[in-house]
Amino acid sequence: MESIIEVKNLTKKYESLTAVDSISFSISKGEIFGFLGPNAAGKTTTINMLIGMAKITDGKIFYKNNDITNKIKKFQGCIGVVPDESNLYEELTGFENLCFCASLYGIKRSKREAKAKQFLEIFQLSDAADKRFKSYSKGMKRKLTIAASLVHDPEILFLDEPTTGIDVASSRQIRSLIKNLNEDGMTVFLTTHYIEEAERLCERIAFINKGRIIKIGKVQNFIEDISQSNIIEVLFESTPIDKNVLLEKLKQSFPELECSFKNENTIKLISTSKIDVSPVVSFLSSNGIYILEAKLIRPTLEDAFVKLTGIELDVMKKEKEKK
Amino acid sequence: MKSAIAFWNILLKDMKNYYLKPPNISWGIIFPFAWMLMFFFRSGKAFQIEEIFAGIVAMSILFGTTSMLAVTITFERRGRSFDRLLLAPISTGLLVFSKISGAVIFGIINSFIPILISVLYFKSPVANWYLLFIGIILLSIVSTLLGLSIAVSAKEVFEAQTFSNFFRFPMIFLCGLFIPLASMPVYIRPISYILPVTYGVDILKYSISKANYLFVWLDIIVLIIFCVGLFYFSIFNIRKKWIV
Ligand SMILES: Nc1ncnc2c1ncn2[C@@H]1O[C@H](COP(=O)(O)OP(=O)(O)O)[C@@H](O)[C@H]1O
Ligand SMILES: [Mg+2]
Repeated sequence: MESIIEVKNLTKKYESLTAVDSISFSISKGEIFGFLGPNAAGKTTTINMLIGMAKITDGKIFYKNNDITNKIKKFQGCIGVVPDESNLYEELTGFENLCFCASLYGIKRSKREAKAKQFLEIFQLSDAADKRFKSYSKGMKRKLTIAASLVHDPEILFLDEPTTGIDVASSRQIRSLIKNLNEDGMTVFLTTHYIEEAERLCERIAFINKGRIIKIGKVQNFIEDISQSNIIEVLFESTPIDKNVLLEKLKQSFPELECSFKNENTIKLISTSKIDVSPVVSFLSSNGIYILEAKLIRPTLEDAFVKLTGIELDVMKKEKEKK
Repeated sequence: MKSAIAFWNILLKDMKNYYLKPPNISWGIIFPFAWMLMFFFRSGKAFQIEEIFAGIVAMSILFGTTSMLAVTITFERRGRSFDRLLLAPISTGLLVFSKISGAVIFGIINSFIPILISVLYFKSPVANWYLLFIGIILLSIVSTLLGLSIAVSAKEVFEAQTFSNFFRFPMIFLCGLFIPLASMPVYIRPISYILPVTYGVDILKYSISKANYLFVWLDIIVLIIFCVGLFYFSIFNIRKKWIV
């Protein structure tokens, strides 16, 4: 595949903190490439360096094989950026916002008005075209921000956590819009801390944590790698003993199993060999746990993520609540 | 061409959104008017319009421009919409130029009000109209750039407002607007000389009633140097501080 952006050993230091630590990756033309990682992993910082909103401490960025590390301004005309927070003008209407954004790229009046109308339609915002941006709901704001990043026909779209903090219906709509854009040929680079979102949207992903890329590859390959292992989930009603104590006991009794809590009522067991459920079930029962169900699970990207990063899913879920 | 479209639209948007909003327009009219009235009442009937003409014009420019840009830019920075401008494929120089143009035009328009009142109502003579306009334009540019320098150092709208007041109120007294430089204590004068507004006021005084203290050509050259210096200082600061 023809690479459109290539990043080599990109590093960002804020005084003593290394926010992005020598990462390398490339984005192919026409793909959706995703950065998946928890809060403070360095996702936004990476995007900011690529779009010219953060100074680069070290490393190089190539656009179509040309080194643009020190001249990102020249490349800004070919990219669309949707930041994690909307950055449109509160006091302008939806239509005026789109027209103004297009004018910054030197698009003539008749063309930018046509573009604005077209995008308001695509994003189902025509009814709100003449309402001020500040009266928009969060979902509408995000949609208009995406529209504003597209009015100048960019080649690559950067989306920083496009569905974070947005209601479910709008999120679904935004995901399908991203899919459609990509089907029409748009190259997309997005960041997210939703595993399902990465799985649903991206062709390739990079797991990023503490400024480092842990693994990079096709979603399919991640899942295939982990499907070598067997996963069993045990659903129970409640536990009379402390979760952590229970985990310790399980690990002692079954050292060959990788045990974790998926949620309050589910224990997850992973092993590279076949798992015999009955000793586990009787062990749990003898600890006073009433078991509802034990089932074999098809491994998902989640499992790959947990295995590779060592980040518990609970941590990612808490991130969501924080937002 | 593309740059021209971007420039024009940034200017137009700022004009519509900030400068032509009712509170700003009335502020620009009322403020110089109120000062004239104040002088009128304080000195009873017999005050010479020439004595305060230049000062009032300078003040309406100073008040119309410095806080304007400081507040609007800090406001856009907080709402993150300023990032839009930094993300657009236009140079920082053009961006600064577009942003200051609105405030400069606003300052020039503001200065017309005291001029109209002085000339039409008080029948004040003007010695050199060309120089008056040159002075007005240079003073508007330099005080807008002072406002921008404040915007670059402030984080909050409130902070920008406080900073700009902190600078412009002393300037009314230090830059010879109403107290002539010649009658100022010698130890204060060095401060006056490092403030660009001093030179702008001197041009206004010369062009209205030849009551200047310095040399007009020197004033113009010094102001141009200040404008260029502050312009590049702002560009440098934006690149340094806002793209971290
Ligand atoms: N302007 C800044 N100054 C100092 N530290 C920063 C700045 N921006 C981000 N960081 C730090 O860099 C790290 C990565 O942040 P960020 O890229 O925003 O993470 P993410 O987008 O993955 O949540 C964090 O530890 C954050 O605190
Ligand atoms: Mg982020």
